[in-house]
Amino acid sequence: MAATRSSTDVLAAPSAAPAGAVRARARRAADDGDVAGLGRARAAAFVAPSLVLIGVFLVFPALWTLYLGLTNYRLSGSAALHPKFVGIQNYLSALSDDRFANSLVLTLAFVFGSAVIGQSVLGFSIAWLATRLNSTVRSVVEFFVLLAWIIPSSVTTFLWYALLDGTDGTLNSILGTAHLAWLLQYPLQCIIVFNTWVGTAFSMMLFSSALASVPPSQLETARMAGAGTFAQFRDVIFPHIRGHALTNTLLITLWTFNTFTPYLLTAGGPDDRSNILPIFIYRLALNDGALGQGAAISLIMIVINLVIATVYLRLLKERKK
Amino acid sequence: MTSATAPVRTPEEEAARNRVRHFIGIVGKTVFIALILAFFVLPVLWLVFAPFDAHPGLNVKVPDFTLHNFAVLFANADAMASLGNSLILAIGSMVIVLVLGSLSSYALSRVRIPGRDVLLYSLLLLSSIITGTAAMVPTFLLMVKLGLIDSQFGVILVLSGGILPTVIFILKDFMDSTPKSYEESARLYGAKPLRILWDVVVPLARPGLAAIAVWAVVQVWGNFLVPYILLRSPSKSPAAVVMYTFYTEGGQPDLALISAFSLLFSLPVVAMYFFVSRRYGFRFHGGIKG
Repeated sequence: MAATRSSTDVLAAPSAAPAGAVRARARRAADDGDVAGLGRARAAAFVAPSLVLIGVFLVFPALWTLYLGLTNYRLSGSAALHPKFVGIQNYLSALSDDRFANSLVLTLAFVFGSAVIGQSVLGFSIAWLATRLNSTVRSVVEFFVLLAWIIPSSVTTFLWYALLDGTDGTLNSILGTAHLAWLLQYPLQCIIVFNTWVGTAFSMMLFSSALASVPPSQLETARMAGAGTFAQFRDVIFPHIRGHALTNTLLITLWTFNTFTPYLLTAGGPDDRSNILPIFIYRLALNDGALGQGAAISLIMIVINLVIATVYLRLLKERKK
Repeated sequence: MTSATAPVRTPEEEAARNRVRHFIGIVGKTVFIALILAFFVLPVLWLVFAPFDAHPGLNVKVPDFTLHNFAVLFANADAMASLGNSLILAIGSMVIVLVLGSLSSYALSRVRIPGRDVLLYSLLLLSSIITGTAAMVPTFLLMVKLGLIDSQFGVILVLSGGILPTVIFILKDFMDSTPKSYEESARLYGAKPLRILWDVVVPLARPGLAAIAVWAVVQVWGNFLVPYILLRSPSKSPAAVVMYTFYTEGGQPDLALISAFSLLFSLPVVAMYFFVSRRYGFRFHGGIKG
């Protein structure tokens, strides 16, 4: 019967059920926090549209990657009309492909250089320094660091293109290194520095709040005991922010690993010298049309993401306890 | 201990040493701040000066002041249309994630559905492992099959699907912390759940909704990859993509247009960010950047 399905219907027709049962149901609903009388059926209806959208545009593509990676599907030609199941062929050829190996090495260097070293160290240094600055200087520094993060990536990549240009770039005129084409000569270093510039704001904010949570009394005690700056850091500050540092590293690793933005600066080139995985997939699948191979490498990326995200979520849960 | 091993100094020597150490500390701090500021400010200077320069080059220089570049920008129909397209994508996605996100986070907050926490965590996990870059191949193919290539609606759906898990996760926290007594009384007056959600819960959760709305707009406004692979016609493309088509007839980047355009394209998100963080103390976390 429809009348018993949700508690609102019961409210509308109280005489249809014994008063005691209504009260019991209402109490149960209140225990569940269901004060608006949603009931499970209606709650499911509220959640369903979101799940459909997420299912179709997030979950399904991931599952499809699993299948696509096992085929020789191409953007055009006969393999576009009649893709064949080729098993783990794509994975085997990726493993023996120099371009894939190159891309993997570049990605590791990019993530390690710009996220783990660049953003973390610079973000922490700025956050730490900021505790010793007067509030005006502090706001100015924080404003500009944040600005790099907020400006849309299409614009920031153009700003860096203008900065590093070989003929008219600002950097050459400052350093007096005329006609040094930074983006062509040092493409990987360029995108590492660029990504450090873009992402440091997050580490800075995270470490700022972490540092604010260090009890001043402990710092004071350490200072009274004659601990120098380094000893204060090692014995008081670091133990306090270790958890934050780990969260920060995992998050920025995940984001940096997945960023496509360097494409706008170097397009993966010259040749393949800044061809990090996201750009590699784009060029392989959508430029060269090898959709099956691209999907196989996408799946490898998803698996690596899964490992990083699982570690992160576990940390998050432990910290919440 | 230390005084026994350290060389004995007079108080004057000790004070001088401290002054020197203090001085070196200040110099070091100043140099470090100067370097950090130079690093972060230098690239942005072009965005500040070039739009107002009568002859913008790639080099940062004091502008020969003019507003002509903005006249060029406003006269360029493609450029203005692309900003309109960015607005369509951003507002479209924002509306979808706010409506669907409120409905589902409210239900998840108020009704104990079995496996709710597992659901929430797996949603969050999904959105961080299936990123725009990792899923670009199947997403592209899916949109081809659905006939949604070159459709702004298609881009809105993909972007919304990508950020919705995070939205639900954050909004549920807000919903959990809104008082439930108002809902009880509304219910006693016979209000239906949807009406209670709209009239009682939404106004209470307004700070959270506003923060999420801004966050969604910022995420979509700057997104390059999704519209880049899913849209074909320049007339439908957002500013992030169209910016890369601004060349002069000589094949050089049209710096007059690009500089004014970059500024106009950046200002809304910068303004929104600082408005929200001032008003709600909200800081953006995570998302689908890049």
